[in-house]
Amino acid sequence: MNLFFFLFSAIIVLSAIAVISSRNPVHSVLFLILAFVNAAGIFVLAGAEFLAMILLIVYVGAVAVLFLFVVMMLNINLEEIKFQVKKYFFSGLFVGLILLAELFFSFSNLDLIRNKNVMVTNSKNLTNTHQIGSIIYTEYFFVFQLSGCILLVAMIGAIVLTLRKRPGVLRQTVSKQIDRKKEDSIEIIKFKNNNAN
Amino acid sequence: MKVNSMDNLFQQLNEVLIISFYVLLIVGPLLIAVAFLTYLERKVIAAVQYRKGPNVVGMFGLLQPFADGVKLFSKETIIPASANKIIFVLAPMISFALSLVAWSVIPISENLVLANINVGILYIFAISSLSIYGVIMAGWASNSKYAFLGALRSTAQMVSYEVSIGFVIVCVLLCVGSLNLQDIVLAQKNYWFFIPLFPMFIVFIISALAETNRAPFDLPEDESALVAGYFTEYSSMLFAMFFLGEYSAMILMSSLGVILFLGGWLPPFDYYVFNLVPGFIWFFLKVGILLFIFLWVRATLPRFRYDQLMRLGWKVFLPLSLFWVFITATVLVFFDILPNFYG
Repeated sequence: MNLFFFLFSAIIVLSAIAVISSRNPVHSVLFLILAFVNAAGIFVLAGAEFLAMILLIVYVGAVAVLFLFVVMMLNINLEEIKFQVKKYFFSGLFVGLILLAELFFSFSNLDLIRNKNVMVTNSKNLTNTHQIGSIIYTEYFFVFQLSGCILLVAMIGAIVLTLRKRPGVLRQTVSKQIDRKKEDSIEIIKFKNNNAN
Repeated sequence: MKVNSMDNLFQQLNEVLIISFYVLLIVGPLLIAVAFLTYLERKVIAAVQYRKGPNVVGMFGLLQPFADGVKLFSKETIIPASANKIIFVLAPMISFALSLVAWSVIPISENLVLANINVGILYIFAISSLSIYGVIMAGWASNSKYAFLGALRSTAQMVSYEVSIGFVIVCVLLCVGSLNLQDIVLAQKNYWFFIPLFPMFIVFIISALAETNRAPFDLPEDESALVAGYFTEYSSMLFAMFFLGEYSAMILMSSLGVILFLGGWLPPFDYYVFNLVPGFIWFFLKVGILLFIFLWVRATLPRFRYDQLMRLGWKVFLPLSLFWVFITATVLVFFDILPNFYG
């Protein structure tokens, strides 16, 4: 579908420009999400429906939500950002140039990459979910597991950094509540009331 | 050459028009179903509380939802002065639109489906994770404390319960071997999946309640603490869009449950008499049963406290569903009944 390809790619380019040019950081994140969603649309047009859905679930549904969370919570000062633009201009330019060079490199070697993946050709008319699964869990099994381990370590690190017991915070501990017995919490005191009657 | 490309363009536009017509065929009945779901909800809650419920407008109060709709249409749209106007208006639209687009892949019966795509279940999962944006954008754009707190709660809740829904879906997929919704239903020809995967069925129903922000997990709209949560500042049509979105998300989650666990359009027993009844009637009956559970729970259970909700999601459902994925895979491999779609 030619029409949709141009529609999606036009929206991607425009929203990518909007990401870096809009003054409100929350708007930037929302434009980034728009770009992600349209990239998923292009994946679908290219016949890579599994990648499209994973892009939506992982990046838009989880990563970008947390991103938006952080940007909304921080009260970002626009003047401060303007000051920092000068400070980070050259390092930003450097990173951008490296990314551009990598893109050029991979596009100029597109034939090479395609030839290497001939073994994934569709012989039994499988869906591309099956193809990706069969190649990840056979050919690249250890690399795949390793990337999983890296994510796990990062997650544990984040938990260790944030988990701390602060005094004065009331917390419900279910096991404590269940363990509680009548003898622990209630004491029956008998006393004589002299004034009675 | 040029004429050819123009022809091509017209052909594409024609296709778009035909698809739009099918979309209307789905959306129209869906909106009517949403209207009557609100009526049903009030009637069910009334019955639980020993009242009559709506009974004045029309026969048995059947026209009540339309009266409510007209009321909402005719009210004034108020946009708070300090709100971010574009995002404020956009949020309910996103919420509403997302709850409708997921319907394109739901197979109502064997042949009744708009788009029979390979990754149907992932598509629904993706759409339901996108629906967070309607909530969080509304909360932020309202520029109000209650709305923002409600949105934060709601987002955290939806992200948490999506994880366990994901594992529940993985369990079912292990038994099917395909991401296609039609394949998932057809794999239940002999027995519905809620029998072997019963604990996952329960986890799915509870997570669906949390995912759609329904009672007892309706913390985002905790009236006693947060006024109305993320849509505190909304009125008239914009409010109605949130409302419609929530109810159509409920119907969507119920039909997802029917497809995953209750055999979709398949009759309960493969007898001749049952097969006479068209598939979509079985489908709607089952959806109706799950929807009734939604309403029944709302009328009976008190609201969860926020930390209890989070603990249930992360410390109970996540380990349980992860463990069940492991068990399912082990059993399938051990008895060598792993579905094989390699032909």
